[in-house]
Amino acid sequence: MILGGDVSTRAKDHFDWPLFITVALIAVLGVVNLYSATSVYQGVSSRSELYISQIYWLVLGGIFGGVLVAIDYRYFERFGYVFYAASIFALLLVFVFGKDIRGSVRWIDFGGFSFQPSEYSKICLVIALSKFLHDDPRSEGRTLKDLLIPALLTAVPALMILKQPDLGTAMIHIFVFLTIAALTRVKWKSVVLFGVTVASALPIIWTYVLHDYQRDRVTVFLRPEDDIHHRGWHAHHSRVAIGDGGIFGSGFMKGTQNQFNFIPDQYTDFPFPIFAEEWGFVGSVFLLMLYTFLAVWSIRIASLAKDRFGAVLAVGCGGILFWHAIINVGMTSGVLPVVGVTLPLFSYGGSSITTMLMSVAMLMNVSMRRYSVAPAPDRL
Amino acid sequence: MSLVVQRSDVSEFRRRFRWIALGMVLVFFALIGRLFQLQILEGAENAAIARENIVRRVTLATTRGIIRDRNGKTLAASRPAYNLYVVPEKITVECDPKRDDPKGRKVDPTVWPRLMNYVSLGDDERSRLELMLKNLCESDSKRKFQQILLKEDISRDIVATLKTHEADLPFVEVVPVPVRYYPFEDVGAHLLGYMAEVDGEKLSQLRGAGYVEGDRIGATGIERAWESYLHGTRGWEKVFVDAKGRRRQRVDGVIEEPRRVDPIPGRDLRLTIDADLQKAIGNAMRGELAGGVALIDVRTGRILGLYSKPSYDPNALSGGSGKQVIRDAFRRLYSDPLKPALDKTIAGAYPPGSTFKPFTALAALEKGLINPRGATQCRGGITFGKRSFRCTHVHGPVELHSAIARSCNVYFYWLASELGVGMDVIAEMGQRFGLGTRTGIGVSAEASGRMPTRAWMTLRNKGQFRLGFGLNAAIGQGATTVTVLQLALAYAALANGGTLYQPQIVRAVETSAGTVVQEFTPRVRRQVEVSPENITLVQKALFAGVNEEGGTARKAAIAGVDVSGKTGTAQVSHKLARGAEAERVWYFNREHAWFAGYSPSRAPEVAVVVLVEHGGAGAKHAAPVAMDTVAAYNRIFRDRGGPRAGTSAAGRTPAKAAGGSP
Repeated sequence: MILGGDVSTRAKDHFDWPLFITVALIAVLGVVNLYSATSVYQGVSSRSELYISQIYWLVLGGIFGGVLVAIDYRYFERFGYVFYAASIFALLLVFVFGKDIRGSVRWIDFGGFSFQPSEYSKICLVIALSKFLHDDPRSEGRTLKDLLIPALLTAVPALMILKQPDLGTAMIHIFVFLTIAALTRVKWKSVVLFGVTVASALPIIWTYVLHDYQRDRVTVFLRPEDDIHHRGWHAHHSRVAIGDGGIFGSGFMKGTQNQFNFIPDQYTDFPFPIFAEEWGFVGSVFLLMLYTFLAVWSIRIASLAKDRFGAVLAVGCGGILFWHAIINVGMTSGVLPVVGVTLPLFSYGGSSITTMLMSVAMLMNVSMRRYSVAPAPDRL
Repeated sequence: MSLVVQRSDVSEFRRRFRWIALGMVLVFFALIGRLFQLQILEGAENAAIARENIVRRVTLATTRGIIRDRNGKTLAASRPAYNLYVVPEKITVECDPKRDDPKGRKVDPTVWPRLMNYVSLGDDERSRLELMLKNLCESDSKRKFQQILLKEDISRDIVATLKTHEADLPFVEVVPVPVRYYPFEDVGAHLLGYMAEVDGEKLSQLRGAGYVEGDRIGATGIERAWESYLHGTRGWEKVFVDAKGRRRQRVDGVIEEPRRVDPIPGRDLRLTIDADLQKAIGNAMRGELAGGVALIDVRTGRILGLYSKPSYDPNALSGGSGKQVIRDAFRRLYSDPLKPALDKTIAGAYPPGSTFKPFTALAALEKGLINPRGATQCRGGITFGKRSFRCTHVHGPVELHSAIARSCNVYFYWLASELGVGMDVIAEMGQRFGLGTRTGIGVSAEASGRMPTRAWMTLRNKGQFRLGFGLNAAIGQGATTVTVLQLALAYAALANGGTLYQPQIVRAVETSAGTVVQEFTPRVRRQVEVSPENITLVQKALFAGVNEEGGTARKAAIAGVDVSGKTGTAQVSHKLARGAEAERVWYFNREHAWFAGYSPSRAPEVAVVVLVEHGGAGAKHAAPVAMDTVAAYNRIFRDRGGPRAGTSAAGRTPAKAAGGSP
């Protein structure tokens, strides 16, 4: 039986209201902000209607998330590597059938609607890592050798995504892996060794792995005012818009930098500058607090999880949400290079929204089953 | 941290949850710190940049003042020139990377041929433009994304056609720019001047006065001298523009006042010149190649007509029709051996010849060196030292009156050699009448001319002074030079009894609405100290020169046109026939023809001076022009009922000073 236990009872008793309310609040703010962000297209292009599509995606993602919540997460444990293999396969398909949008091949077109495998690959990676750590309990400290397989599990999709090229999403994979790795007891010696290895690998990655445009972004990031009219445009104007918000912001729909077209990609990767300009420091801190609460709450869910799989799954999914938010705000505010990472539930996009809601669903799943005394599900 | 509750069944992770949560909170605070920096510490600075992004200060053009003649006829004004701009990237097929794909192409290949059809260019120009655009597209230049100037000053018909087809001609734009326009074309060109693009050096001096690159500034003449009045002051306005440069509605509270400063149009000028008279002078000069004419009101020093030939069309020089047209016009201007660029009334100094004789006579009379009735015998020339000095005719016995009227050189040689009318005496009298000194008209580079003194001649001849120099000076030859304007003012002083006026060209400064801002009254330079009796003697002689039997200008006199005056035929220093100039040397060796006089003879109103460069005999070439000019003055001013004092019924009697019978 897939729907282990009495769902309706558990829904009442164990439903994680703080998680739901936080997510709902972010989603509502996201739609409202999207309305303002795309208002510049009113009467110009159908993009002014994107907030409607966003609501559809939220509803669709919500329903799908509901289904995921209904399934006992231990089924995900059982089929963990299947999901992982499927996501790798989907990433392979991108190389074959992918469609080129602005010089990068990330999407597969299914007759009118595009699908971005690298988004879902994050969750599949988290499931696979959870599965591995669930099956590999240790009481001693781990060495790097013990983390080799999880590292490989991460490296395969990360490198494939880097090849698309999509530095941001690849980075999310690595950050999620590092977050999960931080959960395990790794020997200090190994941590130091790892640090040295990464430090020495960076120049090689810089020279041989990164594309020119990716190197550009880092260069622009390091010297932001060199080239504000071309490569530094995004970073510069996004910083200015955030700063223009001041303490209380210019008010809803009154952000001049967006209204006057100074923020490109304002509805995908750069919704935060619009929010920050319109709602100021107060609003921005509130939004960041919501994301941080979500992340810390996911750690609490992990700590309450009844098994290792659930704990790692919760940390991983919380990590996806957290790192997305941090990297996005970091890049828009100029403390990180512009790498094209979405702001969870703020950025427009079906793949992004459904991935984020799936992560939330996983958290809810683990949270709701923390008291479960039902035996582990049998075979199907 | 109290959020995190530990459970025992995940023993490996147990101690880690706190650290991860702590790490997340730290990262959160780091970002908050960054936002604090951007929004609060640097908030004002960023808000200023944000405001700068969307607010642009656009300058509002001003209009240059209009120059009008004394009757309000427009001599120089501004008209719009329509310039055609295109964006190469959007209009040239070669710029389109997908030009071979009918579905994917971005440039409509029909736009260019249609545009060319409307503009109707010659094949040469069309292929030149096509090549230019193609090269631009194949280069890396960013200019292909910007508007470039395709053709300057297209006709109004083409503008109308393009306007009609505006919707089918994307990225084609017609931009009006003001261009200086001179309706009378070459009439009065030297006096008005022309406009030129301000150069870098001048720009660096004028930056504070509101000039920017590409501005036009008065280059010569009145346009230059009165630039500060004519130019006007630009205004500006703050407008909202988005990232793509499109204008937007204003946003409240974003910018501080003032939002707009209106432009101040340049002042209009009312000249003393009469446009119709200018044209008439041009007509009178139509038979001559080169020269200058000045007509001055003897009672005020106001210049009614000032004409230099050959002239040029300032419209071509002032732009509008494009740089090529300007270049061509300048090349023509400076390759012409007749020097059309030179203002022959102000900037050229010439030997005055016999027109100077009245001043020699006055010098002699004032010094008391001669008796007006004292006579000498003219035998067609004299020998002085080893040189012979010739006269035009054999005049027989001549005294002062007939010497001037019949222009006898021998009489004046006699004064210089026998009666002690030396060079310095002559020069001093010339200077008293303003000859050999800049008049201070303030327009164009003025030549000073020269009244040579004994000391000056000695210096120039390495310490040797020859008495023959004095003989030449007595008849306005040798080193003596004057400008047409100087001579006109000097004759005006002869006519009005000795008042030397400051020449006046601008009568009033007016606002564009027509209110007079500043009116210039006549200014007397000096009262020449000569006795009225002596002036009367000279005036009588000048009357005789035109109106009595034997007068040199007698044949040029027109019935009903009352003129007193003196002809002159000034020898020029001979050029040698050399090279390409050889064929023209006969012309450049010919004498300058002069006539200087005033009208009417009694109660004179205007002084007239005509110089025909290398025209030959003054009586034959200059005097008729002067008569025609005065006739035109009479006609024009009588028709208008102008300021003319009643035309003397006495007609052919000399001025009141002449007293009794001629």
